[in-house]
Amino acid sequence: MTDTPTKVIVNCLTGEQTIVPLTAEEIAQREADAVAFAEIKAAEEAAAQAKAAAKASAEAKLAALGLTADEIAAL
Amino acid sequence: MANTYTLISSNTLSTSAASVTFSSIPATFTDLVLRISARNDRAVTNGTLRLTINANSSSIYSFTFLQGNGSAASSNRSPAITHLTDIPLLGSSATNNTFSSIEIYIPSYTASQKKPVSVFGVNETNATAIEMKVNAGLIDSTAAVSSIELTNVSTFQFISESSFFLYGIKNS
Repeated sequence: MTDTPTKVIVNCLTGEQTIVPLTAEEIAQREADAVAFAEIKAAEEAAAQAKAAAKASAEAKLAALGLTADEIAAL
Repeated sequence: MANTYTLISSNTLSTSAASVTFSSIPATFTDLVLRISARNDRAVTNGTLRLTINANSSSIYSFTFLQGNGSAASSNRSPAITHLTDIPLLGSSATNNTFSSIEIYIPSYTASQKKPVSVFGVNETNATAIEMKVNAGLIDSTAAVSSIELTNVSTFQFISESSFFLYGIKNS
């Protein structure tokens, strides 16, 4: 059994500090957020990989044209 | 400054928590300062913390950040999103017992104007590259700030011993 996540509320007026279990609605929202977050991270990683592949391809084509590694790096 | 820099409330977590909220913030100061030493359970070194005010998760938060990690620098802009984010927060991949150090400054928090927010945060780990970040935020709300909620992305949680301090600053 997994412990229910909690939130901490600090009442600045009274100084009271309470630890409150998340509601079913809040837990559902966090799980939805987790799915959305995973999708965003996957998209970011795919974009980074595509960019790296495009860079490597461009560098290979420039090298095939006769540019040196230093000349490619200077672009 | 010292006699106008007053601790309003603080909390050091005795167990993990999904969020920390400062509620019923008194309107008797000019500016607010949050000082945070925190870390969460996400399996990364450089994660991020989120901030919302007044339980408002509308698309009223915008920010621009600059970051560097010792070898690379970058920047980004996020307009009109549902929280202020890209605030550095160490994850579980960082060296044990290290924590992020973060300062969040909210000037004129009771004024009937949009709320600028400045953030400065650094992470810490025993490695050659670690992130530091400055963040200029704007909250498109004229309401006085009466509560501040600090949360994690996804289902991650702040770990025990993370600490949160809210100070008020008066202009006289």
